[in-house]
Amino acid sequence: MKTISVAAGLLTCLLTTSIQADAGADIYSKGGANAAALACVTCHGADGLGMAASGFPRLAGLSATYMEKQLHDLKAGSRVAPVMSPIVNALTDEEIQSVSQYIENMPTPSYPRVERSSEVDSLGAQLALRGAWDRNIPECVSCHGPGGVGVGDAFPPLVGQSSNYLASQLVAWREGTRQNDPNDLMGHIARSMTDEEVTAVSDYFSGLGK
Amino acid sequence: MRMYLAVAATFLSLPVAAQTAVPMDDQSQLAPSAQPAAGAEYFQPPSESDLPDNAFGELVREGRAIFVDTRKRAPEYVGNGMTCANCHMDQGRKPNSAPLWGAYPMYPAYRSKNDKVNTYAERMQGCFQFSMNGTPPPADSHVLNALTAYSYWLSTGAPVAEVLPGRAYPEVPEPAGGYDLAQGRQVYDAQCAVCHGPEGQGQKSGEDFVFPPLWGKESFNWGAGMHRINTAAAFIKESMPLGKGGSLTDEQAWNVAAFMNSHERPQDPRLIDGSIEETRKKYHANDGVNLYGVEVDGVVLGQGTN
Ligand code: HEC
Ligand code: HEC
Repeated sequence: MKTISVAAGLLTCLLTTSIQADAGADIYSKGGANAAALACVTCHGADGLGMAASGFPRLAGLSATYMEKQLHDLKAGSRVAPVMSPIVNALTDEEIQSVSQYIENMPTPSYPRVERSSEVDSLGAQLALRGAWDRNIPECVSCHGPGGVGVGDAFPPLVGQSSNYLASQLVAWREGTRQNDPNDLMGHIARSMTDEEVTAVSDYFSGLGK
Repeated sequence: MRMYLAVAATFLSLPVAAQTAVPMDDQSQLAPSAQPAAGAEYFQPPSESDLPDNAFGELVREGRAIFVDTRKRAPEYVGNGMTCANCHMDQGRKPNSAPLWGAYPMYPAYRSKNDKVNTYAERMQGCFQFSMNGTPPPADSHVLNALTAYSYWLSTGAPVAEVLPGRAYPEVPEPAGGYDLAQGRQVYDAQCAVCHGPEGQGQKSGEDFVFPPLWGKESFNWGAGMHRINTAAAFIKESMPLGKGGSLTDEQAWNVAAFMNSHERPQDPRLIDGSIEETRKKYHANDGVNLYGVEVDGVVLGQGTN
């Protein structure tokens, strides 16, 4: 009897997970229950790697916790993205959860793990691997990991993003249209950067993904 | 929960650790410097692009690589998850963060405390033994030669045997009412855990630590300078949260430093006959403010983690 109920419990467990995974995949490729929740695939691509030319970001492999937070923040307005706002407003909390889980599990190419010990040969590499400590700007990789591959649930990957998108986010922080980072950790850095640095470092990380 | 020092009277005996040779037997505390005046001018080390493309430039570059990626570049000498640059910020260049250009010209250093002279190599061996919880590389090893070359080069043009502004972590006065571990935990949860992890364990990307551990078996050991609450408070106030140095109040810096250093970490390699009590008496009782051998929440600290 006991074995049966344990087995049944396990089965339900497995089923729920796979149902959730399916639900996530469905939202990604077909959209949410509300028609205004357009399918992610339209702009972020079937592989989830985004569309560089239009500045739509890579999603594949991003932490589900990070992704859920972004979607909720877009709803709440602490992060502003005009294209995204009608979409997030049409997604339920459950939908946000399952699509975020699906996105985390999407496969990604392997990116080079460029370390702090590497030599630098451009302004972008200089910021990424050395920082600009005279202005309290740490090395990007000291939070985003070697080669900007991302670390844990709070520090997203930079590699695999387009230069367009990365620059647009740094500018959003400077202009205050993005304010959803923990303790303004990114905002105060973006505000200390020059335009030239914004372009250079965005080019650097997007270049590593090519 | 106000802390007061209650040195444990218990005679704890632990298995005797194999006696390792200790080249420099304490992480001598630098004479603390005052908080820098606004707009203070500091020594400017040369830039990397000035390095020549010859054997010298090569050795300096290697030294820099070891300094920022010690675990990978000198694995045989490192026993935890740290790199030198974790505490000597901006690759050992940042003023008020024990920069290498502030250190190198001050050695060999005479210490009246024990009437001994310590060389620069011995000072670095000390950091390997305590901060890196490892085995000190031999004085004539390639690793120490490269680190020395890097320090020498960073000091280009610096005066010898003269304390430069920015050498030490600027002192932060202890709060009048002592420090408070419960408030330290609050600062930790609100401002540090996002990077260093909820349990101070740090965060990795693959096999590599990106955020260094603050306590536990992968962190610096009980003999390291950073285990002093006064030293940690000074470091934290100057450089943490990363990129937002100077944003904590003196009290927050002390509270969070005390909270960090009220956790277990690897044993002090100088442990005397397995006795925390004896080790506290000899090495910790007069070493700034620290909790080695002190009872916190009913447990005597200094047990080690292995
Ligand atoms: C856990 C933090 C930490 C790590 C990791 C660390 N150090 Fe240190 N280091 C310190 C502290 C603290 C001091 C002494 C500052 C004081 O007590 O005021 C110091 C002092 C020094 C000094 C002497 C400074 C002076 O002005 O006399 C040198 C040289 C040094 N460290 C080199 C290294 C090297 C090389 C490594 C890597 C093998 C390393 N450190 C790793 C914390 C650290
Ligand atoms: C944005 C991420 C971030 C935050 C927030 C942060 N740190 Fe750090 N911390 C780092 C990084 C990265 C290093 C290593 C620096 C390097 O290698 O250049 C570090 C180094 C340290 C060190 C020395 C190395 C070690 O492991 O002992 C201490 C101590 C420390 N931090 C304490 C704190 C405290 C206390 C707080 C909260 C007040 C804090 N940090 C907040 C990222 C952070």
